[in-house]
Parts: sequence; structure tokens; C-alpha cells
Amino acid sequence: MFKLEVQDLHKRYGDHEVIKGVSLAAKAGDVISIIGSSGSGKSTLLRCINLLEQPHAGKIVLNGEELKLSPTKGGALKAADARQLQRMRSRLAMVFQHFNLWSHMTVMQNIIEAPVHVLGVSKDEAIARAERYLDKVGVSHRKHAYPAHMSGGEQQRVAIARALAMEPEVMLFDEPTSALDPELVGEVLKVMQDLAQEGRTMVVVTHEMGFAREVSNQVIFLHQGRIEEVGNPREVLANPRSERLKQFLSGSLK
Amino acid sequence: MIFDYTVVWDSLPLYMSGLLITLKLLAISLVLGLIIAVPLAFMRVSKRAAVNLPAWLYTYVIRGTPGLVQLFLIYYGLAQFDAVRDSWLWPWLSSATFCACLAFAVNTSAYTAEILAGSLRSTPHGEIEAAKAMGMSRFLMYRRIVLPSAVRRALPQYSNEVIMMLQTTSLASIVTLVDITGAARTVNSQFYLPFEAYITAGVFYLALTFILVRLFKRAERRWLAYLAPRNG
Repeated sequence: MFKLEVQDLHKRYGDHEVIKGVSLAAKAGDVISIIGSSGSGKSTLLRCINLLEQPHAGKIVLNGEELKLSPTKGGALKAADARQLQRMRSRLAMVFQHFNLWSHMTVMQNIIEAPVHVLGVSKDEAIARAERYLDKVGVSHRKHAYPAHMSGGEQQRVAIARALAMEPEVMLFDEPTSALDPELVGEVLKVMQDLAQEGRTMVVVTHEMGFAREVSNQVIFLHQGRIEEVGNPREVLANPRSERLKQFLSGSLK
Repeated sequence: MIFDYTVVWDSLPLYMSGLLITLKLLAISLVLGLIIAVPLAFMRVSKRAAVNLPAWLYTYVIRGTPGLVQLFLIYYGLAQFDAVRDSWLWPWLSSATFCACLAFAVNTSAYTAEILAGSLRSTPHGEIEAAKAMGMSRFLMYRRIVLPSAVRRALPQYSNEVIMMLQTTSLASIVTLVDITGAARTVNSQFYLPFEAYITAGVFYLALTFILVRLFKRAERRWLAYLAPRNG
């Protein structure tokens, strides 16, 4: 059974269709990298999965449970049942490009906030979880610091710990290293690689071809809102069949 | 020029009781004002016109008229109507203390609502998305993330509003209350020493302002530490 399934997703802004029928499916332990040039719709696709953007058509299934959708006046789809959406979001942790840590809270407060108030975990248990995951991402020495007082790499690792503390079924990463200084990218990728090796299910929008090739077991190349090529990254990235992927790789391969 | 210390010294008990009245007026109107301001601020950031417009009109009218006019309207103006004099509200509306607190609370609520609304609007969008993505309900998100963050960022501006309110409470002396300014008026009318009377009142207000500024500085150090430059 699939942990996460997205079927025939469509999304448009006004008349401009940015996602034209994309499907993907992740089994437990799958790491799916979504690559593509900017404007190809990869971030939008990811943000449609937890309804931060409203798709216009499609189906989202998490662990066999389909997210109930109903049309809005504008023709987009919204959650029919707000509680179901909240429950599904709490099982789909997201890591953002710009970290989006709550700036008025310390690292520890950031991490225990949702487990305590969304999942109903006791404060002691949440703190124990936070300690564990902070240790894993290597920032336990900054637990009383505020986000603005940390480097981008540290902030992103805290954001990953915050996502982990929800003990989610699937983790969504939206260009997690794109806002980082080059020398800080490695520390975040290393953490993500460790997570992949633990068998966590991850969907990662990324520009890091090295990560896509070495860590993920499926790569999706999006072009103008469609899946142009999909498959095992070692094959797809080594022997691209489509002209577009060849062009994209020649421009970005490191 | 000779400054008559003995008159000031002898009137100190009067000023001290005035000080208590001033503090009482300030505290009651700030608390009431804040209670009114929070829902108003949320109305002011609503995208729905039916919600936003009434709050906009309220803050526009209140901020567009002098506090003294508002006080006169409530204290003298309402008493003009038989319906008000006969209503169950009359015991309150005939009390100068109540009217002054009401007028000041209404006044500060409009300013506070706009300060808080500005702060709510400037909540970083990404932090709201993170709250949604964690599965928070709207209510939880506002209670745990948006409001605490907005209130903190509103502190520096709100401290100005509180100091302005302190000065505004001096209007209460016009509707018979003997606050610090009321004490000064009494002293002046007894001894005809306006300079001594009002300079003493001024010193009291200055001291209060000094204390308020210190309190807010301390609050900002505590609650806005996350915006401060890092220290080590």
C-alpha cells in the first residue's frame, strides 16, 4: 500500500495552468525527488499536497485515507472537512525553503508547540521528543536560542526537528537548501540523508542533483506542469531520454 | 521669583489622593480599552467588508475627534436625554468616574486596535503557513502563534499609547474629579499660586511617565528578546 498518493492533480492561476495532471505515489521508505527548472510547478505541486495551495482537480490519499475536497466559488478545491485536513496535515510534516520557524519562540518552544497543542502530547513527552530530535539534527546546544540568532543551516535543521517531532507519516521538503549559503547546504543535506536511511518517507523538491541521485529512489522531472520523465535517479539522471531533461541537466549538473 | 514650597508641602496629601485617582483612571481605562481593542483589531484585519467596515468606522471616528469632546458627550451629552436618565444605566452614567473611565477606554481602544491591527498584518506569512502545515486550526493558530507574536511587536508603540493615555487622564479634572490635575486646580483656586500648583502636578506626571517608560523597557527586553541583536 502507498503511504502517499497524488492522482491527476491540476492547478491553475487564473487562466494559466501550472500543473496539468500530475500523479505520484510513495511507498513507505520511498524518497522521491522532484526536480525541474523554476516555474515548472514543482513547489506548487508539493504545496497542493497539504493544501497550502488549492488544486483545481485531483485526489490526495494519505495512508489509504482520501482527503475530502469540495469546490470553492473560484473553481478550486478546498477541504470539505476542516478537521480531516488538520489531522492529515499533522501527519504530513513540511519543511520550507525559508524555514518559517516561529520567530518569537525559542528552538525548544518551536518544537514542542504543535506536538502539545495539535497532537495533545504531554509537555514532558514533547520535551523528550524535542531533545531526541535536536540531538539527531545536531543543534541541541542551541535549544534556548531564538531563530534570528542562529545561522540558516541551524534554523533549517531546527525546522526539520520540528517536523520530526510530529512523528509524521510523510515529510515534505520544499527546496530546503535553496535559501542557504553554499557552505551550509551540506549540513542540511546530511541530516536529510540520515532520515532517508532511517526509512522515512520523503517527498523533496530540490535543486541538489547530488541529493536526487544519491539519496532518492525515485526522481520526477517536471516541465511546464507535466511529468516529463520519472524513474530511478541513477538511470534517469545518467541517461536522460527527453531533450528537455538533457538541457536541464547540462545547465545544472554539478 | 519666589517658589512657595510650604503651600506645595501642605497640599501633598491632596496630590497623593489625586495620584491614586489618576492611577485608577489609567488602569481601568487601559484594561477596558485593551479588552475592546483585541476583537476590534481582528475585525480590522478581516478581508470581509461587513466585518472590517464597522471597526474601521469606529476607529476612524474615535481617532478623528478629541478625547475632551468624547468625554463631554458622554458626561454632559447623554444626561440631556430623559431615556438615559430613566434607564438602569443612570446610576453609572451620572458618575463622573464611570464616565471618565468609559470615555478614556473608548478613546484608547481605537488607538490600540489600530496598533494591534498593524502588528497583526505584519505577521510573517511563512509563520502562518508553518502553523497551518502543522495542522493547527484557525483558532489555535491565532491564539498560539499570531496573537502572541503581534502583541510583542506592538509593545513599543503601545507604550507610547499608554503614556499618551496618562496625560489624557488629566481631562478628568474638568468633569469634577480630583486627580493630579484636579488637585492642582484646587490648590490654585485656594492660594492663587498657579505656577506652584501646576508645576507640582507636572512633576507627578513626569515621575509616572518615567516609571512607565522603565516598565515598558523591561517588558520589551523580556518579550522582544528575539528581535534584539544577538549577545554571544
